[in-house]
Amino acid sequence: MKSRLMDVAGRHQIRVYEGGSGPELLFMHGAGGLLANDPFMARLEQRYKVTAPLLPGFEDSDSTQQLRTMLDFTLFGFDVWEALGLEDPIVVGHSMGGMIAAEMAALSNTVVKRLALVGSAGLWIDEEPIPDLFAKLPFELPELLFHDPTKFSALLSAGGDFNDPEFLTTFLVDNARRMSTAGKILFPIPDRGLSERLYRIRARTQVVWGASDRLIPPIYGKRLAEGIRGATLTTIPNAGHMVPYEQPDAVLAAIAKLHN
Amino acid sequence: MKFTWFNLMPWPHLPNDFREKYRSVWVDIPTTLYDPAKGHDLYNTYLDELEYAETLGYDGIGVNEHHANAYGLMPSPNIMAAALARRTSKAALVVLGNSIALYNPPIRVAEEFAMLDVISGGRLLAGFPVGTSMDTNYCYGDIPGLTRERYAEAHELIMRAWREQEPFAFNGRYTKLRYANCWPKPIQSPPPIFIPGGGSLETYDFCLDFDYVYCYLSFGGYKRAKQLMDGYWQRVRDRGKDLSPYRAGFAQTIVVAESDAEAERDYREHIDYFYNRCLHVYPGFADAPGYRTIKTLKANVTTQMTQQALGDVSRMSWDQLTHDGYVIAGSPDTVVAQMKDLITGLRVGNIFCLIHVGNMPKDKCMRSSKLFAEEVMPKLRDMWPEYANDDRFWIHPLGRHAQRAAAAAVGG
Repeated sequence: MKSRLMDVAGRHQIRVYEGGSGPELLFMHGAGGLLANDPFMARLEQRYKVTAPLLPGFEDSDSTQQLRTMLDFTLFGFDVWEALGLEDPIVVGHSMGGMIAAEMAALSNTVVKRLALVGSAGLWIDEEPIPDLFAKLPFELPELLFHDPTKFSALLSAGGDFNDPEFLTTFLVDNARRMSTAGKILFPIPDRGLSERLYRIRARTQVVWGASDRLIPPIYGKRLAEGIRGATLTTIPNAGHMVPYEQPDAVLAAIAKLHN
Repeated sequence: MKFTWFNLMPWPHLPNDFREKYRSVWVDIPTTLYDPAKGHDLYNTYLDELEYAETLGYDGIGVNEHHANAYGLMPSPNIMAAALARRTSKAALVVLGNSIALYNPPIRVAEEFAMLDVISGGRLLAGFPVGTSMDTNYCYGDIPGLTRERYAEAHELIMRAWREQEPFAFNGRYTKLRYANCWPKPIQSPPPIFIPGGGSLETYDFCLDFDYVYCYLSFGGYKRAKQLMDGYWQRVRDRGKDLSPYRAGFAQTIVVAESDAEAERDYREHIDYFYNRCLHVYPGFADAPGYRTIKTLKANVTTQMTQQALGDVSRMSWDQLTHDGYVIAGSPDTVVAQMKDLITGLRVGNIFCLIHVGNMPKDKCMRSSKLFAEEVMPKLRDMWPEYANDDRFWIHPLGRHAQRAAAAAVGG
């Protein structure tokens, strides 16, 4: 997928991935960012006109005015929307991106009309605490993120080896930039009050979850779907938190229900 | 030279198989390992030792702040300093320090430090650490990518609260006070300020901007600190500041006995306890993403995070620890020689003496402290004769006549 650097509101210089044709789709990425030659983006662009902006701290996206609060992140989403001249995109968010997408839909509830929340962050349930992503070592991540870690862990590291010190050094520096941004809304507990704003969402909403999500357990999907008027929950078997990569067809089918 | 006798206040009852059974001495260590009845005796023993250090002639007695940490049992160093303020009369109360970003609102630090300074007659030495990532981010939930901004704002508020004569409005990003008004005011205006740093250029400059003392508080010893302190002094030169060694401080583990052999015989197990049990910290807690600047991270990235590295962390031996300078140990002559290397090599005027180590019992701690005070300190006192009158970086207590005698206060 092609990408370019773009100015956003004179405050950010961000990288945006764009491609495909069809209905407009805005994709908000998770705390890990997009993967190298992102396979899910490749699938999306076969059906949609996809726009995937990278938050400051991800790849070469950067800011002169840093994002601090949930409101900053939410408004960033709309700043990007305006800078790109999007009209009526389907808004799809994965994990942290789902949290931002849901906030956008709650804040500006007549503008966001179709919403897909995939393994979305934003809620907290005391009985089912989300593991501390910020205290995990890189080699522990695949187990947490995938239904089938042996098959998919190479995706995370783009073929590198987390037990190779040289690769690990580069990964840790990049990861610190990404997670520093993510931490503004996810640390120490990924809850910035979304549950109190879900009632505002009017978008047609698909909540999509991997049945064996070990990072954000499926109960969170159920709770999100219950909180959003008319939302549909789709639980996908043989998939973990990285459900878009493990079962892309099933995720695409759920998104398709928003416009068919 | 200024010598501060420092006690980290470690828990001395961690089990022998602690490293195998628990992943970290810090953050998520269960309190089943703590026993409040033993803790009662321990706190009082540690306070006895600090008071004893004053009678031996140490210039300062030191406490610090950690949270959920079995080698540092002082979530509130100010409580310890308050206890010491009433039982001592000469030594600087070195609080190194309060993690100022964690107090809400941070004017609390201005108030409590002022109280300590007033109670002690102007003996407070104030430390303003950012706090480790374990304390600040994991235990106290501060967002790593905003920690430094919050710290800078807290610093501005505290210093202004000490300086201003009238209530003022403070409109910070993290703290908003319509009536910022610090009662009481400290005796010293302000107390000397010490900043623990870990090698970032930003911290060098912060200290030089305000003439604060730069302190390197590692457990790695003086030989491994050379490069970092050279970097600091280079920055001092580049900034055109004077080169007073009192601009810098260093923490060093030190144990003294009659002979080198006796030092090994008497202290080895306590050194082993500290370095191999107390410093067992889970690498996932070492450095929350965003806590360090990217520039600093690139310079010191750790590769102790591979599965293999976690599996075979080897225990550090006495020979390795003493040879590599983690620990300065031996007879007074041995210790004097190594301390001279430390002081001149790092160009420091302030030493934080870590003489209580790990699970060291009181009698051994007192003997080691006494030998250092009587046989070592006198030979190091005048290492910087050309700066003998440089009192900019130390406490300025009230004159004797104005100070209420602590002994009288204690006796009632």
